[in-house]
Amino acid sequence: MSLGKSQQISISAKPHGGTLINRVLVDEKKEKAQDKAKELLPLAITEETAKEVQNIAHGVFSPLDGFLTRQNYLSTVNKGRLTDDTPWTIPITLDVSPDSQISEGKDVVLVYQEKPIAIMHIEDIYDYDKRKLADEVFGTTDLQHPGVAKVYGMKELLAGGKIDLIEEIDIPFSRYYLKPLETRLLFREMGWKTVVGFQTRNVPHVGHEYVQKTALTFTDGLFINPVIGKKKSGDFRDKVILETYEALIDYYYLKDSVVMAILPMEMRYAGPREAIHHAIIRKNFGCSHFIVGRDHAGVGNYYSPYAAQEIFEHFPDLGITPIFFKSFFYCRKCLGVMSEKTCPHGNEDHINFSGTRIREMLIKGEVPDKELMRPEVAKIVIESKNPYVGEA
Amino acid sequence: MGKEEKKFTTVSIPTPLFKKVEERIRGTGFTSVSSYVAYVLREVVSEEESEAEPFSKEDEKRVKERLRALGYLD
Repeated sequence: MSLGKSQQISISAKPHGGTLINRVLVDEKKEKAQDKAKELLPLAITEETAKEVQNIAHGVFSPLDGFLTRQNYLSTVNKGRLTDDTPWTIPITLDVSPDSQISEGKDVVLVYQEKPIAIMHIEDIYDYDKRKLADEVFGTTDLQHPGVAKVYGMKELLAGGKIDLIEEIDIPFSRYYLKPLETRLLFREMGWKTVVGFQTRNVPHVGHEYVQKTALTFTDGLFINPVIGKKKSGDFRDKVILETYEALIDYYYLKDSVVMAILPMEMRYAGPREAIHHAIIRKNFGCSHFIVGRDHAGVGNYYSPYAAQEIFEHFPDLGITPIFFKSFFYCRKCLGVMSEKTCPHGNEDHINFSGTRIREMLIKGEVPDKELMRPEVAKIVIESKNPYVGEA
Repeated sequence: MGKEEKKFTTVSIPTPLFKKVEERIRGTGFTSVSSYVAYVLREVVSEEESEAEPFSKEDEKRVKERLRALGYLD
């Protein structure tokens, strides 16, 4: 484990860009907006876009107060920064069809499942280069990459502009749904000055637990923040991820040092760029540190194993301290979880935390060795009817 | 990061300081004095921006109620 070279001073977690964005209309403003929405051109959006609208409104994507306008889009794609130099690596965009009838300078109402959820103030409408977007953000134009495939399936124009949320969408597992303002206050109430964020889309094995607890030895709190939403085939279902983490926390964590809450957001599998994005989001939730493991947010073999760590060198002004972990394994001689930096023994003594191997065992109904996975966690996966996301 | 030309402006620093920095970055990952200076300034600026923001009384009351209802706070 190592701290990002550039960021060894712990920084209290001010929201990214300095201010926690709040674009949620309430009371009288909300009523007025709801009335106004009846007169506006409706623009239907997908579930994933609706979640992005909600994330913008609640400050998860601070300092964004809407979908990227052209200049900020170009700056994000080309430099990984907004036009004011604030680090921002993933374009948050609204794709629209050329025959959508929306126009610059006009408001539209964003509609999800026939319900008006937000007003968008259209600042500009612009075309974009899909190949360039894919190449810069995902580092590939290969259509086998799920993020690239999504880009090529987007509509032909992008619309930029601020949004105002008028109606929250239903988020599954709402018991675990916290917004940045809420986590910030929660961390303060728990007396945590330093908080390490952990991004996950997997059920926890012992290696994950090792990483989290190691980080927790020098921070006050641990924020486990599973991404809930659209994932690729073969990933664990959200319900299973949450239930297994509940069990892990119940049996093996100190209750006053860990908080789990969900992040409703689509995985993009953009590797290094997405690692920065994930760190920024956790900074907005109030984290001072963020764990970046091997091949963070990667898919297939598109990124080198530590590219998602190396990219942090380009962002010394991120304002959240990355904690880097190398590949780790259980060593039969050391009798614990080790890494290549801490263990002198050979491969024959190592048990690797291979997700594929653990998954194969679970599918067969076999409980992995306790050195790999806690039995309470394995039991939940085995007893789940359908623990994996199927083919789209 | 990107493959397109970036936008920059010029600032002046004393020549002896420039030479010292040039010496300092030799053999490191920095490819120019400019990139080193930008790196240092970004660190300084981000530290200056690192004070926590206050919550309004209304926010605090409303949020605490929700956190209690969800079981996050006693």
